[in-house]
Amino acid sequence: MPKILEDIGCPYCGCSCDDVRVVVSDDGKKILEVENACAIGTEIFLQATSSDRITRPRLRQPDGSWKEISYEEAFDYAAKAIIAAKKPLMYGFGSTTCEAQREAARLMEIGCGILDNCASICHGPSLIAHFDNGYPSCTLGEVKNRADVILYWGANPIHAHPRHMSRYAIYPLGFFKGNGFVERTVIVVDPRKTDTAGIADYHLQVKPGHDYELFNAFRMVMYGHEKDIPENVAEIPKQTILEVAGILKQAKFGVFFFGMGLTHTDGRNHNIDIAISLTRDLNQISKWSIMAMRGHFNVAGANRVWCWSYGFPYCLDLTKGDHAHMNPGETSTIDLANRDEIDLFINIGTDAAAHFPIDAVRHLKKHTWITIDPNMSMAAEVADLHIPVGISGVEVPGIVYRMDNVPIQYRKVVDMPEGMLSDEEVLSGIADRIEVLLQEQISGINKCNDEVTVHCN
Amino acid sequence: MTQKRTLTMITQRSIEEGIAMEKGKNSREYFDACSVIEMNELDMSRMGIEENTPVRVRSECGEVVVKAICGIQTLNPGICHIRQGVWANQVVPCKTQSTGVPQYSGFPVCVFPAPHEKVLSAKELIFQAVGMGWISDAKNS
Repeated sequence: MPKILEDIGCPYCGCSCDDVRVVVSDDGKKILEVENACAIGTEIFLQATSSDRITRPRLRQPDGSWKEISYEEAFDYAAKAIIAAKKPLMYGFGSTTCEAQREAARLMEIGCGILDNCASICHGPSLIAHFDNGYPSCTLGEVKNRADVILYWGANPIHAHPRHMSRYAIYPLGFFKGNGFVERTVIVVDPRKTDTAGIADYHLQVKPGHDYELFNAFRMVMYGHEKDIPENVAEIPKQTILEVAGILKQAKFGVFFFGMGLTHTDGRNHNIDIAISLTRDLNQISKWSIMAMRGHFNVAGANRVWCWSYGFPYCLDLTKGDHAHMNPGETSTIDLANRDEIDLFINIGTDAAAHFPIDAVRHLKKHTWITIDPNMSMAAEVADLHIPVGISGVEVPGIVYRMDNVPIQYRKVVDMPEGMLSDEEVLSGIADRIEVLLQEQISGINKCNDEVTVHCN
Repeated sequence: MTQKRTLTMITQRSIEEGIAMEKGKNSREYFDACSVIEMNELDMSRMGIEENTPVRVRSECGEVVVKAICGIQTLNPGICHIRQGVWANQVVPCKTQSTGVPQYSGFPVCVFPAPHEKVLSAKELIFQAVGMGWISDAKNS
């Protein structure tokens, strides 16, 4: 009799939907059906129990082929590589649990390396803006129950967060919004007429890279300088700006969601900075919140865990040994790669080979590359050592942080293939091995010193 | 008469790319979803590009051959889009404006007809870029 598991968490995007229903075979080994998840989340669950999984670590041989090795041998290889490296970098963590992120911090603290997460290539500028200008945010539950105006700026949730609109923002029947979408006004700002723009009440087709100007125009309205706005700003007519600004001002509870359209383009953190300033301005008149559309289901978790560990959410430089240091542009993965400062790259819970600009991949691959990932990703394809692990959120339980920074306990759906380890166990195994090797080094030095002393006497 | 024009490139997620990525980056679905450039019809006709034919996309930092299609999510003239992934990242500039984030969107590219060129697979592109092109599929499997 197949088992039905209710309220399972989805390991895909920052929506971290925890209402997924999964049907598992009698023996608990095969996922048969997935309900409530989006098309992408469903695919993650269904692929998890496919037959072509790699279940043991593999080491690249001089002729290019792979050799299967044990986890212990993999720990030894990774530990020695970290000790030998002058500046090792561990990057990823969007698809890992908080428990693994905590263990990674221990590992790179011992290994004196750089620790970075996927925010470094997505919402890093948002975090910089939060430092500079605050983050007047709310939870997605408040959005569902209260919001009457939803503004998506540089975000395309139909494609990137497929259940965001149906579960939290537009369509759900909220406590104070019992009629769902008919009580909400949707505004989309995007240079493309995306599918999300297609369902919006207002679509502002901003000129690419000119978002900051449009923000400024809205702020001018808030401060009563409408007359000084030019006839067109960033290819948006003045009349449209005034009309939309009127809706923003009249909102009872407005929520401003922003995405990669602001953080990947010219301006970066300055775009988010002014978005937060606009939110603050709007709060003088009505009630507004702002929220980043986080990509991976637990990239926010990495920011949280490292903030409470070190005070910084990403781009952590632990090479000094006695204190942490963060300076995007200097300690960020892409910049470190561009300057060729990294001599060991460890990819975990992401696919840097597919999602970094190819120049950065080229630089990183000049040195040893270790990938810790359940899948045969591009990062695994180019690796010198590939350590497969259980899939977080499917085979490995743990805590994840949703895009609104609400922690959720994810449960296990099926067991990992026999003999496999979780990413937390792998990171812990490497850290333990480094401690043993360093202790051996210290013992060796002490023994040597003793022999020299005896010899001198 | 074809014209050389500079377009503004946007590389972002699409649901087709997301689903295909979970099937595997060596899958046919991922290749079909990500090795395409979406363009405005007017731009295609001005540049002498026929739909569903290969084109060479060149930016300040590299180039890639992909298949041209009309924008599925409507694009104004002057804007083009490659879904995020291996093909897009062959042309994404590494410059980060000191934030750590590369210029994934809003950078200039030129697009040229290349009807006789081959669109390479994800693995071929990456292996060639990092000097692993000599490793055969049989050894890597």
